[in-house]
Amino acid sequence: MFYTNGNAFQLLNLQTFILTKRYKYMGVLSFLFSSSLGRKLIMAVTGISLIAFLLVHCLINATVFFNDGGKTFNEAAEFMAHNWFIRTTEILLFVGLLLHIIQGIYLVFDNRKKRSAKYSGKAGNANSTWYSRSMGLLGSIVLIFLVLHLKHFWVVSRFEIPHGLNDENLFAEMVAVFENPIAVIVYVIGCFGLTYHLMHGFGSAFQTFGINHKSYTPFINSVGMAFSFVIPLIFAAIPVVMHLGLIK
Amino acid sequence: MGNSMKINLQVWRQKNAKTEGRFETYQVNASPDMSFLEMFDVLNEELIEDGKEPVAFDHDCREGICGMCSMVINGRPHGPKQAVTTCQLHMRSFNDGDTVVVEPWRANAFPVVKDLSVNRSAFDRIISSGGFVSVNTGNAVDANSILISKEVADTAFESAMCIGCGACVSACKNASAMLFVGAKVTQLSALPQGQPERESRVVAMVNQMDAEGFGACTNTGACAAECPKEIPLSVIATLNREYYKAKLNGK
Ligand code: HEM
Ligand code: SF4
Ligand code: FES
Repeated sequence: MFYTNGNAFQLLNLQTFILTKRYKYMGVLSFLFSSSLGRKLIMAVTGISLIAFLLVHCLINATVFFNDGGKTFNEAAEFMAHNWFIRTTEILLFVGLLLHIIQGIYLVFDNRKKRSAKYSGKAGNANSTWYSRSMGLLGSIVLIFLVLHLKHFWVVSRFEIPHGLNDENLFAEMVAVFENPIAVIVYVIGCFGLTYHLMHGFGSAFQTFGINHKSYTPFINSVGMAFSFVIPLIFAAIPVVMHLGLIK
Repeated sequence: MGNSMKINLQVWRQKNAKTEGRFETYQVNASPDMSFLEMFDVLNEELIEDGKEPVAFDHDCREGICGMCSMVINGRPHGPKQAVTTCQLHMRSFNDGDTVVVEPWRANAFPVVKDLSVNRSAFDRIISSGGFVSVNTGNAVDANSILISKEVADTAFESAMCIGCGACVSACKNASAMLFVGAKVTQLSALPQGQPERESRVVAMVNQMDAEGFGACTNTGACAAECPKEIPLSVIATLNREYYKAKLNGK
């Protein structure tokens, strides 16, 4: 390390200070990982962050519809790859995504343990929607898509193109990936999963935050429904349109 | 009993919490004007006459205010009707010849005592952990000495409608008790008498709720849809808000 003997004692003090303070604050914040309401808060905060990310991501992707050979799209991708603010946010988002997945899986399995003997009679959709009861399944569909998607584009845009490992640009990469019909099908299924995940998730996150009043909740839910249809539709349209060769 | 109807009942029979249960099939002749519990009374009379063990089920007021009559009927707590308890459900809600499946509340936090009767003392322990207000003993305080606006009184009253029946837990895929706890916290945090314990109350009640083995909330809304007293989902939002505020204040 870089300290001299002279100030080692001070540093030790500082370390003790940081440690004790940190534990004090962590004690207060431990509910985020130990209580049912804390875990839900993590799901909602990370979920809403992912929704904000989806909006930006979708706007950038939609530039391929200019049909300018990917000129605008590549410029935007270039900006996103080199802007320090975007790169920092990206790291936070990635941590958020991991938290969302880990807490999500924990909640699905832990909640299942609360009723060992199952019902024989089925309420079906009489008291709730099927997709609100299937967030784990829908999230898993999104996750399978996500692994493939990150491999297709994120790895290429962050590690290969900037280091000259790949002399293509990101738009050319898209054209190449979507030549494969199986990739197109996986992407469309992923978008369906996302639609239903968001149809419940968007409004649900506001409820988790404690934001619920009859004067504005119907509005939030309508925005959520519109978001859940429009954004995944634009995402899904891109591979389809590219596969059909309508955008080159 | 003019127009009698035949009901094929599949009823959950379980000796006690330690033994396995199973469904038994019975046929009952009922009148459309009977309540669901009266139909069970008829069945039990017949079982006793035949020298068999009657079906154990909980009931008390039979007028929809005590919250005892817990039964899951064809997969839905208190049966197919909106905003009624089992004791207020009439047989005319079913058709002649229907097969009706009747089970107890199923939640690990509500162990079966016998047949359809479950132990809901987990709710009592949540209430004793914080669902109260402290008042000085001595002379009764004059009514209206504390002014409460109509709006606040209405909010508190809407939540105070909760009869602690547990239908919310039984309907929830996670067996979560948030609607019940939300109703209590909303009621007490709205009123001036509930202010001194406002923050410690919500934290204590949520801790107890988790410790009793109720699940977390996925906001599916099944609880509010099945609640016989139509407690709205917004009480859970209030619970969340109160809890996070208390946590931010270091409680
Ligand atoms: C871009 C991707 C995603 C977005 C935008 C998203 C968004 C959301 C939102 C807003 C919620 C509601 C939070 C709340 O109720 O307070 C939610 C819940 C949930 N998400 Fe995601 N999510 C995504 C990916 C995933 C993935 C990959 C999984 C994988 C396991 C997942 C699993 C879950 C689960 C299990 C819940 C329900 C938790 C519960 O309340 O019981 N999500 N998601
Ligand atoms: S909130 Fe409704 S369903 Fe739940 S215990 Fe109270 S009255 Fe019963
Ligand atoms: S018996 Fe009291 S509410 Fe049904």
